[in-house]
Amino acid sequence: MLCDNCKERDAIINLTQVEHDSKVTLHLCEQCAQQKGVETGGAVLKSPLGNFLGAVVKGTAPGALVPASGDGLRCPACGSSLRDFRDSGRLGCDQCYVSFDSHLRDLLRRLHGSSQHVGERYEAPGEGAAPDDPRSRLLDLKAQLRRAVEGENFELAAELRDRIRVLE
Amino acid sequence: MDLSLLPDGGMRWLDASGPKSTIVLSTRIRLARNVRGIPFSQKAKDSDRTAVLERVSEAAASSEHLSAAVAFHLDEMERPERQLLHERHLVSKELAGLEREARPRPGAALLVQDQVGVMVNEEDHLRLHGMWSGFDLEDAYGAVEAVDADLGRLVPFAFHHEFGYLTSCPTNAGTGLRASVLIHLPGLVLTKEINKVLQGLSQVGLTFRGLYGEGSEVVGNFFQLSNQTTLGKTEDELIDHLGKIVRQVVEYEEQARDVLLRTAPEEVEDKTWRAYGLLKHARRLSFEETMNLLSGVRLGVGLNLLPGPGVYTLNKLLIYTQPAHLAALDGRSTGDRELPTVRAAFVRRLLEAESS
Repeated sequence: MLCDNCKERDAIINLTQVEHDSKVTLHLCEQCAQQKGVETGGAVLKSPLGNFLGAVVKGTAPGALVPASGDGLRCPACGSSLRDFRDSGRLGCDQCYVSFDSHLRDLLRRLHGSSQHVGERYEAPGEGAAPDDPRSRLLDLKAQLRRAVEGENFELAAELRDRIRVLE
Repeated sequence: MDLSLLPDGGMRWLDASGPKSTIVLSTRIRLARNVRGIPFSQKAKDSDRTAVLERVSEAAASSEHLSAAVAFHLDEMERPERQLLHERHLVSKELAGLEREARPRPGAALLVQDQVGVMVNEEDHLRLHGMWSGFDLEDAYGAVEAVDADLGRLVPFAFHHEFGYLTSCPTNAGTGLRASVLIHLPGLVLTKEINKVLQGLSQVGLTFRGLYGEGSEVVGNFFQLSNQTTLGKTEDELIDHLGKIVRQVVEYEEQARDVLLRTAPEEVEDKTWRAYGLLKHARRLSFEETMNLLSGVRLGVGLNLLPGPGVYTLNKLLIYTQPAHLAALDGRSTGDRELPTVRAAFVRRLLEAESS
């Protein structure tokens, strides 16, 4: 079948439009379909539809889904405001999830269809009834030691160093 | 930087040993994690990033699965070397500081052992990832999950009883899991059915991207299909769902190839032989043209219209004809004007070696 529009090339696309309550079907070739704004296979591949979809769920878009009414809210832990999140699409720290929890709950529901994690449960080292893993206690003490040295708190550093020696 | 430190250059997934590997190149799993109490990337100071890297490195050293990991400190590496890691899908463009005039930030690092890696100080403090040959979600997830459990015992991850694992961007919260397959769909593109398939994906909670993941263009008919949502479903549910849809897409692709063979056998045969002929004899090849020709040859091999080359060789060509790889091979810069000539010579050499 020839294209209804140019009557030269083969029609490969059926474009159905509703005009004045009646349905009109046009048989178009790829070029004419593109001129009418129909995205054909080739056009979709060239247009960064992937980027567009990506931008909707990543980039700045998630922030933009949060209403501006809470803009003044600030996370006491890192100082980020809800406005910062709306602008950048990124949160400042793990405590932001607590500081902005009602806004984020709504957002998570819109993004994922749910805000309730049902996957793997996680217990951080040192939590729960299980005794501490000595390796993680050691890493923790080393981190504390580093901070003590950086803060020139040498008394504490000496104590931590002794505790690390015992564990090692 | 010595990539030979990595067995198989960190790319065992290229070997085409996995299931369905003529259509599905590779399967990738990524888990996003953050260290509790340290500001996320957006807010982190250089000292925070360094602290994250120190904690992760120490934990890796005493862990079960990463104790022999090779560490790459991106902020201490030259651009061509960082680009090599990116071309091998081991680090993101962002972490490698490859966006225009960007530099990698302090503390930006990659740890790799076997087929699993950890990007440190990316958008999240840790991005654990593993890439497997062919269509193999279970093995890839199993390996990455083991490393996750290992590190999670040694470093406290940010986790919330309701929201799950907490991530810099809420689109990754919950499981932090992104499972994806790199799939070659020339049949659906040639029969113009691809549009329908891609549109259908978004209706079932999946999304697609180009060869290099987020923000990259589709070249050579390679698509990355992955889950869109990360919260409200278990890890197994997310993986099963992706697996089910990918199997369906593979089936559509096989049907499309049947249609091509039935309705236009000579054209398809001609197209694949032409692609093969150009690759074997061209004197200058751009990267994009190479990708498209490799797509044609891959289709021909999949349909048994061409006697060779093997899928492993085709996979290697996909990686080694990229600018940083060619430049490194020939001691040139990635912007060298002679790169298309070097590329064509390299392709000819590899194809001749295979057919001799």
